[in-house]
Amino acid sequence: MDLNRKIAILADAAKYDASCASSGSDSRDSLGGRGIGSTEGMGICHSYAPDGRCISLLKLLLTTHCQYDCLYCVNRSSSNVARARFRVEEVVDLTLDFYRRNCIEGLFLSSGIIKSPDYTMEQVVEVARQLREEHDFRGYIHLKTIPDASAELLARAGRYADRLSINIEMPTEQGLQALAPEKNGGAIRRSMGRLKLHIDQAREEGAKPAPVRALPGAAPRAARPPRFAPAGQSTQMIVGADASDDRSILASSASLYGQYRMRRVYYSAFSPIPDASRALPLTAPPLMREHRLYQADWLMRFYGFEHREIIAADDGLLRLDVDPKLAWAQAHPERFPVDLNAAPRELLLRVPGLGVGSVDKLLQARRVRRLRAEDLRALRVSPSKVLPFVCVDGHKPGTPTRPAPRQQALFA
Amino acid sequence: MIVSLQGPTDIDGFRRAARQLLTRGIAPDRLVWRTESGSPGLWADDAVVIDGAPAKPFSVPAWMAPLCESALLHRDSGRFHLLYRLLWRLVSERDEVLRHDELDPDRRAAAQLAREVGREIHKMRAFVRFFPHGEGEALRHIAWFEPEHHVVEANAPFFVRRFAQMRWAIFTPGCSIEWDGERLQTGPGVDRSGLPPSDPGAALWLTYYENIFNPARLKLAMMAKEMPRRYWKNLPEAALIAPLAAAAQARSECMLEAQPTPARRIKPMRRP
Repeated sequence: MDLNRKIAILADAAKYDASCASSGSDSRDSLGGRGIGSTEGMGICHSYAPDGRCISLLKLLLTTHCQYDCLYCVNRSSSNVARARFRVEEVVDLTLDFYRRNCIEGLFLSSGIIKSPDYTMEQVVEVARQLREEHDFRGYIHLKTIPDASAELLARAGRYADRLSINIEMPTEQGLQALAPEKNGGAIRRSMGRLKLHIDQAREEGAKPAPVRALPGAAPRAARPPRFAPAGQSTQMIVGADASDDRSILASSASLYGQYRMRRVYYSAFSPIPDASRALPLTAPPLMREHRLYQADWLMRFYGFEHREIIAADDGLLRLDVDPKLAWAQAHPERFPVDLNAAPRELLLRVPGLGVGSVDKLLQARRVRRLRAEDLRALRVSPSKVLPFVCVDGHKPGTPTRPAPRQQALFA
Repeated sequence: MIVSLQGPTDIDGFRRAARQLLTRGIAPDRLVWRTESGSPGLWADDAVVIDGAPAKPFSVPAWMAPLCESALLHRDSGRFHLLYRLLWRLVSERDEVLRHDELDPDRRAAAQLAREVGREIHKMRAFVRFFPHGEGEALRHIAWFEPEHHVVEANAPFFVRRFAQMRWAIFTPGCSIEWDGERLQTGPGVDRSGLPPSDPGAALWLTYYENIFNPARLKLAMMAKEMPRRYWKNLPEAALIAPLAAAAQARSECMLEAQPTPARRIKPMRRP
C-alpha cells in the first residue's frame, strides 16, 4: 500500500479524537541541538479543517487493525472499514517532513490494539523514542496510552511525550461496559492514577532547587531529573452514544479534574462513522450539546462553579437555547443585581457576559475610579447581556424577570 | 513639526525621539511623524532634529514598553502619534488614573493595535509554509508570506529557535529574512513571481488535510474565523475547502443511510 493511501486511512481513523492541544509544555527550542522543533507554552494552530477544528498536531493512528470491539469506534474489530498499518519509520519521517514545512506543532499518535496491549504500546513509544533520540526532535508529542499496557511502558512513554492521554470514553461505568466490553473502567482509572503520580513526582523533582556542591572533584551540578509528560494528561468522553445525561457527564469530569488533575477533559459528540453499528443512535452529532458541555466545563475550571450547581433542570440536561452561565443566572434571581463597583471577584465572575479578562480589567480600573455603564462598552462586552444583572454608576436594572417557562423540543 | 524615523519599524528611533521631545516639552499635537526615508522636501524647515543631546530621565509604568514594542509594528499610520500621546500624558501630565485604567480610550486604542499585531505574529507562525528547494548542500526551505503588519523581522527569532538546524528563507513583499544555520540576514522585499514553485511532496499534506476533516460536523464560519480568507491564497490546503464542503452533506448522509454489513470475524484477544 502506498504512503498516500495509508495516510488517508490512518488520518481518517484518527479524527474522532478531539484533542489537538499543543500548549502547556515546558519551553524548549532547537538552538544548540541536532534537530528541529520548539515549544513555547502557547500552542499554534497551523490550519483549520472545514469542520472548524484546528490542525495543530499530525493526528495519526499507527494501525487501524484492532482486536477490541467498541461499538462507537470506526476501527472496532467487527467493522468492515479498510485497514492499514504504518511502519514506525514512516510515522517518524512524516512527522519531520510536515514539521519542516511548518504544517504542524508535532505528533499525536494513537493506535488500534494489535497482538497485545504491551506490543502496541511498545510500537507507539518507539515512534516517540526515535523522534526524540535519533532525530533530536523538540516539537510536541502527544501519545495515547493504552490502559492495559505495563507500568514500565507508561513510564517510558512519559519520558518522550509532552502529554499522555487515556480516553475514559463513557461518562459512566455502565455505559463503558455496554459499548466497550473489552475495556475496563477500573483499569482506565488506575492507569490515570499512575500517570498522575509520575507527573506530580517529576514536577516536584524539577521544582527542587539544585543542592550546592563545592566539593573538589564533584560534578558542578546534579543531572536534571527525568521529565515526565510536562504538559500533563487529558482524556475524552463521547457524548450522545449512550443515555447519560449532562449532570452525570459533568460529575464525571469534576472527578477527573479533581482526582487525576486532568489538564483537559474533551467532549466528543458521537458522530456517524462509516460502517456504523446499528446499536447506536444514527443521527447528526449533537454539536450544540457538545458546545454547552464545553461552556459548562469552562465554568467549572475558570469561574468557580461547582458541577452540581450548573444544571438546575429536572431532566439533568443543560439548556440548549442559552449558555449555562445565563441559565444559572436566570435560575438564581436572588443573587442579582451585582454591584460592579463593590462586588468581589467571585461574584463578578458569575455575571453573564463578563469573562475572566473583562473582570480583571474592571477590578484594575475600579482601584482608581468609579465604574460607569459606558465602561462596559469599552470592554467590548455585550451591554444588553450584562446590564440586566448589574448595577453600576448610571444604570440600575429593573426587577429581573424570569422567562416564561417553555416546553423544550422533544428531540433536541 | 516633523519627526522623521528610519523606516516603518524604527522603534529605537521612536524611543530616542520621544525622550528628547518630552524633555523639550513638545506637545503631541504639534508633531507629525514620518517613516519614509528620503529628503523631507517642502517641510525641511520644520523638521525636528533629534541629536544626542541629553534627555531627562523619566519612568513609565511597566506595561508601556511591551505595548510600544508591539503596537508600533502596526501598519496604521497614526501609531507613533498615539503612542507619543500616551507617553505625554504619563510623563508630562502625570496622569495617575491612566497608569491604572486599562479602559482609557487612548490605552484601549493602543492595546487594540498591539492585539492585532500580536495576532498577526501568531498567524504568521502558523501559516508560513516552507517547501524544500535545491539538492544536497544547496537544500533550503523557502516560504512566501504576505503579512498585514510589519511583523516579519520581529518574528524572525521564533523561526530561528524552531528551525535552528535547517537552512530557510521567508520572502515577503516588504522584506525577506534568511537563516543559513548560523546567521540571520535581512534583505529587501521580493516579488512572488521570482520564487520557484512548490514541490510535489506537499501532496501528502493535502491528503492528510482531506482525511482529518469530519464531514458530519461542517462548520465553515468557525473555520473562517480562525483562518481568515486573506491567508487562503498562500495556503496549499485552502484549495480543498470548497470541494470538501460541497461534498460533506452527501458524505455524512451516506454514512447514516448505509445498510449494516455483516460483522467481520472477531479474532480472540491474547491476554498477557
